[in-house]
Amino acid sequence: MAKAYLSIENLSVTFTKGATRSEVLTGVDLKIDKGEFVSIIGHSGCGKSTLLNVVAGLVPVTTGAVILDRQEVNAPGPDRAVVFQNHSLLPWLSVRENVSLAVDKVFGGAKSAAERKDWVLHNLELVKMTHALDKRPSEISGGMKQRVGIARALSMEPKVLLLDEPFGALDALTRAHLQDSVMEIHSALKNTVLMITHDVDEATLLSDRIVMMTNGPRACVGQVLDVPLERPRDRLAVAEHPTYVHARAAVIEFLYARRAA
Amino acid sequence: MAYPKPVFSPASPTSPPSLEPTPAATRPSILPDLARRARGVVATTLPPLLTLLLILAVWQAIIGDSYGGLPSPKQVWLESKELILNPFYDNGGVDKGLFWHVATSLQRVGIGFSISAVVGVLLGVLVGSNLWAHRSLDPIFQVLRTVPPLAWLPISLAAFHQAQPSALFVIFITAIWPIIINTAVGVRNIPSDYVNVAKVLRLSPIEYFFKILLPATTPYIFTGLRIGIGMSWLAIVASEMLLGGVGIGFFIWDQYNASRISDILVGLAWVGLTGFFLDRMVALVGHVASRGSAAS
Repeated sequence: MAKAYLSIENLSVTFTKGATRSEVLTGVDLKIDKGEFVSIIGHSGCGKSTLLNVVAGLVPVTTGAVILDRQEVNAPGPDRAVVFQNHSLLPWLSVRENVSLAVDKVFGGAKSAAERKDWVLHNLELVKMTHALDKRPSEISGGMKQRVGIARALSMEPKVLLLDEPFGALDALTRAHLQDSVMEIHSALKNTVLMITHDVDEATLLSDRIVMMTNGPRACVGQVLDVPLERPRDRLAVAEHPTYVHARAAVIEFLYARRAA
Repeated sequence: MAYPKPVFSPASPTSPPSLEPTPAATRPSILPDLARRARGVVATTLPPLLTLLLILAVWQAIIGDSYGGLPSPKQVWLESKELILNPFYDNGGVDKGLFWHVATSLQRVGIGFSISAVVGVLLGVLVGSNLWAHRSLDPIFQVLRTVPPLAWLPISLAAFHQAQPSALFVIFITAIWPIIINTAVGVRNIPSDYVNVAKVLRLSPIEYFFKILLPATTPYIFTGLRIGIGMSWLAIVASEMLLGGVGIGFFIWDQYNASRISDILVGLAWVGLTGFFLDRMVALVGHVASRGSAAS
């Protein structure tokens, strides 16, 4: 893995507020290949969201570097689209307009108006939201809002898709639906995905690799686990697959048994 | 380690739901809908009308037909009938119908308020988005906003020497503070999620202003505009009393000097109703502009 697509190298992040300095992350190393689906799991407050925000460019690097496709990341940009935990759709825009805002900005020069319009529709089709094009975010359910958020992120054609606990605020049934959608989209588009989660089943079902973070402060990568389950994965079929059961048990062991000691 | 498999038992059989359509749902009619809407209008307009009648009745009962002092509703009607029924007459000079007086006052408010809306929103954005602008300007605004509108009048007369610009300045300076303060609060309360979206999309400052900042703060701006228009209507009536000329404030003062108390009461009703409609109008514009998120 000499030429990783996304490479986080010896990354440390320190927040300074007045006289108090808090080291959130120290010495994080992580290499992600193109098309890989990687989850980051850890207890609350371990800095996993900070890690994602650093990759997004929303939080500055203190030391170390984040390199995406041979370029150093130091500012936010549409090549690293984020799906935020609380959807963050703009409430005064309709579903279609929320996606258009991104498409018009990112492809304003590259695509004609008609192409951009089709592209907006295409991405909303991917997440099965074409029935609510002219609805406002306040008129659709939480799961639908998150679908639109995913469509907006996909529409930017990002090099890496960053998911920040995307299903955390949803009920279990809706969450399962969205996980299936994300798996479908990932197998169709072969995106590189970095997902933050605190749900062991979600991480095991969706990921090629699970990155387990140690507890903060001064969090780092504790262990990386491969999930060599073939795709497409079916949530019913894999539930009793030995690989799935083993991987799931390993993550639980890391999160609860080892950290408690 | 093996757990026993869960065993599902079939749900107890139930009779299939009846498929007979209910007779009421077969033919939708618009008549009940119209009736419901009419009932809604009556329910909101009838109580205030009844209360008004009650107030007039009590007023009439207390004052009676004794002359001198405050006139009764009946006397107001008898003495100011022409003024009430014909608001559009114009005999030249200041002898005009109430509509023309109100229109002149509204014009002044319109000009002064428009200037303060533009300047107020821009200053509010500056104070809300820049920490140093906030630290240096906010304390000054907080002191100036407590100065009563009429206290500005001598200063503006001294500065402008004329009635018209002085009145405009008083409107401007009265309406601007709530607009600045509410806009600044709105800008400071823009959710960080929206800011992050703008950053990921790399919106330019101008795009950010029009696509994120303005729509996100619209409800706050209109709260400020509503307070502002109410205060400027208060200020114009008071300042016209002192400045003279045409205008509803001057009309009231003029009738007081002529001891026509019933005309003053008619003028007051016009002032109140106009203020009410101004407030409703700004609220309605705000409701439309914020696409329903500002209360109307």
